[in-house]
Amino acid sequence: MSTPMIGWKEVPIAAVPFLSSKEYPTGEWAVFQPKINESKCIKCGLCWMYCPDSVYRWDGEGVPVPDLGHCKGCGICVAECPTKAIELIRV
Amino acid sequence: MQDYGEQAMMALNGDEAVAWAVKQSNVDVVAAYPITPQTIIVEKISEFIHNGEVDLEFVKVESEHSALSASWGAALAGARAFTATAANGLALMWEILYIVASTRTPVVMTVANRALSAPINIHNDHSDSMGARDSGWIQIYSEDAQEAYDNTIMAFRIAEEAMLPVMITLDGFTISHTLQNVSVLPDEAISNFVGIREIPRIKLPEIHGEKEVPLMLNPKYPVSIGPLDLYDYYFEHKVQQNEAMKASIPVIEKAHKEYGEISGRSYEPVHMIPYRTEDADVVILGLSSAMSVVKKVVDQLREDGKKVGAIRLRVFRPFPADIIRKELSGLTAVGVLDRSLSFGAEGGPVALEVRSALYSSLSKPAVYNYIYGLGGRELSPKLIAKAFNELLEVKVEPENPTVKYLGVRE
Amino acid sequence: MATQSVWRPNIKELARRELKTRPVESGHRLCAGCGAGIIIRQIAMAARKSIVWINATGCVEVATTIFPYTSWNVPWAHNAFENAAAVASGVEAARKKLSRVGRFANDPDVELDYDIVVLGGDGGTYDIGIQSISGAFERRHKFMYVLYDNEAYMNTGIQRSGGTPFGARTTTTPVGKVIKGKPLFKKPIMDIIVAHQIPYAATISSAYWNDAIAKLRKGFEADGPAFIHAFSTCPLGWGSAPEDTVKIMRLAVETCVFPLYEVTNREYRLTGPSISIAKNPARKKPIEEYLKLQGRFRHMFKPENKWMIDKFQGWIDKQWEALLKRAGY
Repeated sequence: MSTPMIGWKEVPIAAVPFLSSKEYPTGEWAVFQPKINESKCIKCGLCWMYCPDSVYRWDGEGVPVPDLGHCKGCGICVAECPTKAIELIRV
Repeated sequence: MQDYGEQAMMALNGDEAVAWAVKQSNVDVVAAYPITPQTIIVEKISEFIHNGEVDLEFVKVESEHSALSASWGAALAGARAFTATAANGLALMWEILYIVASTRTPVVMTVANRALSAPINIHNDHSDSMGARDSGWIQIYSEDAQEAYDNTIMAFRIAEEAMLPVMITLDGFTISHTLQNVSVLPDEAISNFVGIREIPRIKLPEIHGEKEVPLMLNPKYPVSIGPLDLYDYYFEHKVQQNEAMKASIPVIEKAHKEYGEISGRSYEPVHMIPYRTEDADVVILGLSSAMSVVKKVVDQLREDGKKVGAIRLRVFRPFPADIIRKELSGLTAVGVLDRSLSFGAEGGPVALEVRSALYSSLSKPAVYNYIYGLGGRELSPKLIAKAFNELLEVKVEPENPTVKYLGVRE
Repeated sequence: MATQSVWRPNIKELARRELKTRPVESGHRLCAGCGAGIIIRQIAMAARKSIVWINATGCVEVATTIFPYTSWNVPWAHNAFENAAAVASGVEAARKKLSRVGRFANDPDVELDYDIVVLGGDGGTYDIGIQSISGAFERRHKFMYVLYDNEAYMNTGIQRSGGTPFGARTTTTPVGKVIKGKPLFKKPIMDIIVAHQIPYAATISSAYWNDAIAKLRKGFEADGPAFIHAFSTCPLGWGSAPEDTVKIMRLAVETCVFPLYEVTNREYRLTGPSISIAKNPARKKPIEEYLKLQGRFRHMFKPENKWMIDKFQGWIDKQWEALLKRAGY
C-alpha cells in the first residue's frame, strides 16, 4: 500500500510513527495460508497462542479466525494443531 | 516582578556552581559517571542528596554511554534529566548524542572541557565538545563560574522549549576547579524561573485522531519512539531537526532576557559579546575563559592607542552566522582563537565557521586562525599581544599562512 | 521480598484480553515463522498492569517499527544496541521520582503505574549490551530484561555472537575446508546473570506456553531486576522450516540443549519437562533430534564430522549435570 508522502513540516516530531502496522498487508507475502476445518477444531487455542503474527482472532470460545490479510503462511498453526484441523491452501 | 530578596555571594568553583544550578532547577533525575574535571559536579550533587537538600534520583551508572542513555530514558519517562561529563566520557557518549538530539529529548549536559586522548591529558581544551558540534546539541560556552551557573539554569528552559538537548561547557580546571565569587539566586527564584518539567505534545496525524499526544512513555497514549526510518522519510526528519536548531535562536534569546530580569545578568547580546569593538580595526574572537585574558590585553593595547577589540562567542550551536557577519564585516582583520584542532582541515572549528559566515560579506576582513592552549597549555597575555600586533600589521598575501599555532615550541 | 503470585495463565482469558488490547499488532515484518514474534506476544500476555517496553536494536526493533508504521499499542522506545538496560534504568528512576512527588497525580492523560520490560537479542545481551545490563542489575533497578536468543546476529545477516552454539554455521563461522562452523561454545549467560544475585531469573521456551507466561509474570512481579532467557527459533538463520519453529523450541528442551529452570534468590528449580527428564534420564533425547532440523548443523552429520556431534553432546551433558546438581538432583 502507499504511504502518505508528507513533507518535513508535517512529519511527526522525533519520527514517532503514526500508522498502525495493521495497515501493512503482510498477507501478501504468503504463498500458502491456513484453512480451518471447523468440525475437527477442539477450540484449544494453540493456533492462536503460537502465531508469531497475532493473526488469529480468538474470543476463547469459538473457532479461532485467522486474519489472512496479515498471515504470512508460516504453517506453525498447522504443525501445532493437535487434531490436524488446519491445512495450508495455496493462495 | 516578584522580589526574591538578595542573591547570596558564595565562593564556588565552576563545578560547584553547576551543582548549585542543578540543585535549584527542579531536576528529577541525574545520571552520571565520574570523569575529571567534571567529577566535583556529581560529588556535590551526591552531597546535596545525602544531606536531604534536594529530592532527585541519581543513577550512578557504569559508563558515560549509559549516563546519557539513562538520561534519555528518564526524560522520555517525563523527568527533567541532567548529566555531566568531559573528554573521553563525551567521546563514549557520541552515538547517543545524536539519538538524544534527533528524538528531540531535552537533556541538559555540562561538559567540563578537557583534551581528548591520546596521549591522555586531563587539562583544558575544546576538542571534546567541538567534536560533538554536529550532533544536534545546542552548545553554550561559559567564560567563568558565574556564567556556568547561569547557563545551566537557562539550559533547562531552552532545552524544554526548543525540544533540543543543551550542552553547557566550562573550561576544565581553569573554571571547573578554580574558586570564584558566584552570585547564587534564592531557590524560589530559580524554581519559579525553570518551573516543573512540562511534557511536550506532538501532533500525530492518524493514530489518535486530531488529538495531540504527550511525547512520553505513557500507557495512556502509547507512542513508539526511535523507529527504523528509511529513505522515504529520514531526510524529512533530518531537515525538520535542522530547522528546529535554527528555530531555537529566539528561544535562547527569550530565556536570557527573562533570566536577566531576575538575576541582572542577561549576557546580551546572547550569541556573542563584543568588547571595545565600536571603532576597532582588529578583533580577536574566541570562546570561554581565555577571553578574560584577551579582554585584559585589549585594555592594555587601547592604552597604547591601538584600535583593538574582542568578541566572546557564547552560542556555538546554533551558529549565529548572520550576527557574526554583521559584527565582523568592515574590520581589517579578525583573529579567531581555536582551542582544538580539526585534523587536516584549513583551521580549527571556530575559524572554519567564522570564515564561512564571512564569505558572502562584501567587506570581509582578513581571517587568521590561532590554535592555542591544547592540553591545558597557558595562553599568556604576551602571546595574545603578539597576535594582536600581527593582525594590526596584516598583509593579505597568498603565501601568508592563515592558520598559526600560538604558544607551541618549534 | 515480594510475594510471588500463584497466578496461572488461562489461555481463554489471555485470548480475550489480547483481542481487546492488541498490544502487538499484526503487519510487522518479522520473517514467517519467527520465534520472536511468539515471545513478544507472550511477554505482553503476562503483564499484570500497563507496561512500558524498551527495545534494544535488533530484529524485533526494526521489524515492528518501520516508519510510519508501528506494531505497538504499548509505550515503546528504542535508543541503541548496547544500552537498553541503561535506558530502562533512567525510565525507572524517573517513574520513581515522579510517583514519589505525585507529579501527574491530577493529570488524567498520564499514567505512571506501569511495569518496565526490556527486550534484547543475543547480540544486544551476550555481547555489546552486557555492560549496561550488569550495571543496571547491580543498581537493582526494577525491570524485567527478556533476552530472545536466536543465537546469532540475524538482523545483520547471521553473524556469530557469544550466544552462537558450537558447530553452528553462520556467515562469520562458515563451514570451510579447515574450520567447520563455530569452534567455541555458547557463553553461559544465565550463570553470569545469576551471579548478580537478582531476585528472579528463568529460562523459557515458548512451546511450553504455560511455563513461559507464568515465569514472565514472576519476572514482572519480582522485587528488583528480573531476567528471562527466551529460546527463539530463527528459520532464516538456522535453516529450519518455518512450521518447525515451535517443534524446535520443544526439542531444545527435550534434548537438554535448553533446559527449563528458574532461579529465585539464587535457588535453582527445574520446571516443566526438565523435571521429568531429571527424574527419568531415559526421557532425555539425543541432540541429533534437535540438530537435524536445522541447516546450520547439517555439516555435522557427515561421517567425518561426527566428532562434532559427540563433542556437542558431551558439552550438553556436562551443562545438564551441573544444572541438576544446582537444582538439588
